[in-house]
Amino acid sequence: MGSILSRLRKKSVLRLFLGGAALQRCDNNPLANAASAAEVAPSPRRWLQAAALAFAVFAFLGAGDTDARFKDLGHRMMCTCGCGQVLLECNHVGCQASDKMRGELSAAIDKGGSNNDDLILQGFVQEYGPTVIAAPTATGFNRVAWIMPFLVLALGIALAVYIVRSWKSRPTPALTDGIAIPHGHELDQFRAQARKETDV
Amino acid sequence: MSQIGSFALLLALGLSSYSFLAGLVALLGKDAVSARLGETARRAGIATFAAVLLAGVVLVVAAFNDDFSIAYIFHHSNRDLPAAYKFAVLWSGQEGSLLFWSLLLAGYGFVLRLRYKTDQRLFAYASVIIASVQVFFLLILNFAAHPFGTMQGQLPGDGNGLNPLLQYPEMVIHPPMLYLGYVGFTVPFAFALGALIMKYPGEKWIHITRRWTMVTWGFLTIGVFLGAHWAYAVLGWGGYWGWDPVENASLMPWLTGTAFLHSVMMQEKRGMLKVWNMSLIFATFLLSMLGTFLTRSGVISSVHAFAQSSIGTWFLVFIGLTLAVCSFFLVANRDHLKSEHKLESLVSRESSFLFNNLLLLVVCFTILWGTFFPILSEFVQGHKVTVGPPFFNRVAVPVALLLLLLTAVGPLLAWRKTSVESLKRNFLFPAIGSVAVGGMMILFGVRPWEDPSYFYATMAAILSALVTFTVISEFLRGGRVIAGKSGMNLVSAMLHLYHRNTRRYGGYIVHFGVALVIVGILGQPFNKEVEKEMAFGDKINIDPYTLVCQSYTQDDNPNYGNEWAIINVFRGGKQITTMYPERRFYKASGQPQTLPRIYPSFREDLFLVADLYVVYEGKNETTGRPIIKAHLNPLVPWIWIGLIIMVFGTITALIPNAAAVRATAPAPVRAPAEVGAGD
Repeated sequence: MGSILSRLRKKSVLRLFLGGAALQRCDNNPLANAASAAEVAPSPRRWLQAAALAFAVFAFLGAGDTDARFKDLGHRMMCTCGCGQVLLECNHVGCQASDKMRGELSAAIDKGGSNNDDLILQGFVQEYGPTVIAAPTATGFNRVAWIMPFLVLALGIALAVYIVRSWKSRPTPALTDGIAIPHGHELDQFRAQARKETDV
Repeated sequence: MSQIGSFALLLALGLSSYSFLAGLVALLGKDAVSARLGETARRAGIATFAAVLLAGVVLVVAAFNDDFSIAYIFHHSNRDLPAAYKFAVLWSGQEGSLLFWSLLLAGYGFVLRLRYKTDQRLFAYASVIIASVQVFFLLILNFAAHPFGTMQGQLPGDGNGLNPLLQYPEMVIHPPMLYLGYVGFTVPFAFALGALIMKYPGEKWIHITRRWTMVTWGFLTIGVFLGAHWAYAVLGWGGYWGWDPVENASLMPWLTGTAFLHSVMMQEKRGMLKVWNMSLIFATFLLSMLGTFLTRSGVISSVHAFAQSSIGTWFLVFIGLTLAVCSFFLVANRDHLKSEHKLESLVSRESSFLFNNLLLLVVCFTILWGTFFPILSEFVQGHKVTVGPPFFNRVAVPVALLLLLLTAVGPLLAWRKTSVESLKRNFLFPAIGSVAVGGMMILFGVRPWEDPSYFYATMAAILSALVTFTVISEFLRGGRVIAGKSGMNLVSAMLHLYHRNTRRYGGYIVHFGVALVIVGILGQPFNKEVEKEMAFGDKINIDPYTLVCQSYTQDDNPNYGNEWAIINVFRGGKQITTMYPERRFYKASGQPQTLPRIYPSFREDLFLVADLYVVYEGKNETTGRPIIKAHLNPLVPWIWIGLIIMVFGTITALIPNAAAVRATAPAPVRAPAEVGAGD
């Protein structure tokens, strides 16, 4: 028990939830690697490292732009080998399609600034057809794909609000002259209802 | 052998048809003859189980005997297939899996018909409805997808073998679990439709089917998650959910089933949402059938799909017929489904259930919409488009976060009306705790404003924390009350509380499991991967690990030959494990298969919850060097831990409630007031 507690003190509780995730965000970053290499450091050092990491994340924001673009675009396209997976996630053994496409993507990104992301995707559509894009584009009829779920959500909320209001406005049974005191079976019914509603 | 199987299937069709028709006729009459006819229908239903079981046993025995005269066995087995997978041959192909569906349905029907004395009339209706579904499956098995078709000409010496992807231990468990879930929803569906047709008074049908529904939901949950785990452990792409149409098909009935489990409480406790509950259980059954249709029709391309065949039309007709019957009775008997109570406040448990249902259905609709949009696009635009993970992540995730919020808030609201004071009191601890979690994430370098995926991850963490703290506070609050009354210590009091209302507190445990699953999913934006050709002694650095290639080796057995990489894993200069990612070549099918190796890091560091996931991808044909891909997937183990907790919660929710503990401190007794006197 004692060793577990001392271990607990040495580790940041956050890692229980993050699993070192915060450290992994800047894997191209030497400062971040230095920070995460010292996993078993005592508590004060860990705090310093975390602060250094936070600074590094901020300072080196935007570094590795090409990699980020490659990752982003590679996740917006599908592999065309028939595996049904996102381009960068295709691990089809000996897949010719994904290797070729990755090469083409790298080359397109390396071309430079005038070749923006939309143009790159357009190029792939021309070569491989519209199914190469992993999600419907926001143009023409494809817009319906994006709009419909939110439209249904909005209509559903409106309907739910309407239902709740109509339930609320239902008339309550009018009081009769004098109150009839429930007895016997009728009282048992009230008791049963109370139990149901109070979960006891 | 095949003749016995064919005969058993024909016999089963005859018996289930009799069970359906005789049962139907018996329900129309009220005399003694009708009662006797109904009894024969019940017995025919029981006998159907024996006949379908015989057919199933024959197919499995044929697989074990390598009887390649049966075409199904030839296509899905081979002599050197290990015994466990020969058993799995039953559900690894189109015809066999339909037989398995039919067998499970007959099994559920068998149990139901044995328990008919609970309520003979309602059970008779349910039995007839189940028999009608059974007839449908047996018609397909006998006339469209016959599992006992024989090979023509000279018999082959060996079979084609089982699909390599299915040769994994979880494949012996995942499909049966999923099918138990899919098929199991037929039972509450049958009771609901039966109760609607006969205008069954009250909510007793819900009490009768409550456990059926929960067990079925539990099986479907296990099935869905085992499928995700199988994808993670076998497919080797480092993920567990690809939004494939067939994955989606399993998720849709799970979502509507979850909605039903919640909204049915409104009907039990307040006599409300009767039409809605009927519609939900009908939708759940129809979505189960839709999932079966999607896998088999070839209408949508999927890595899971069986070969294309004509049975899709059968399913479409059956789904259409079922929808028509359900809609007809919903409209015809709508007066029977009028709500009994009014809503007293917007801030109440009733409202939270309504919105919870709405969000579950919106997620379900989004998945359905995304799954079928390619077909719609082809119809309208003349070409298909892909609706893949980016679509589902963008659309379904925000709605799922709202749902998580309601999961946290709902249990804190009272039935009928919740006062502002009680809201403040109940929310204070969970709200502070969850905001603290969000603050800690930002403090440690997560920048939710930099990228939508970080924003969603942060929100998911905050809301998962809110759910967790809500569950804890509910246990503490109830436990303190019981401890105060009974003199028990707090832990015993909370255990007693759990046992006194297993459904409610089991449900909270399930909520906690869901929160952990979400925590597991939220690690996804922080995944890392490195791919490299590795010669002996080459290294891959994937923080905090260093992978060193020690060697490569090969092996061979009658079923497959394989290549392994031997990878030593170091952390902080110290070797912590050796991993053996593998690539197999199955001899019968001639297909290759990669098998990743997974090292859950909490084995050596309790607080680094991540999976080191290493794949042997194959060899570079030019250099001859093996290619190794390493992933570091933070938090993924929480998903599987969350599943275990969800299953535990579901099982405990099935335990009957204990009696309330007696108070040890005597309460002051007052004389009863003279209510109503003196008017």
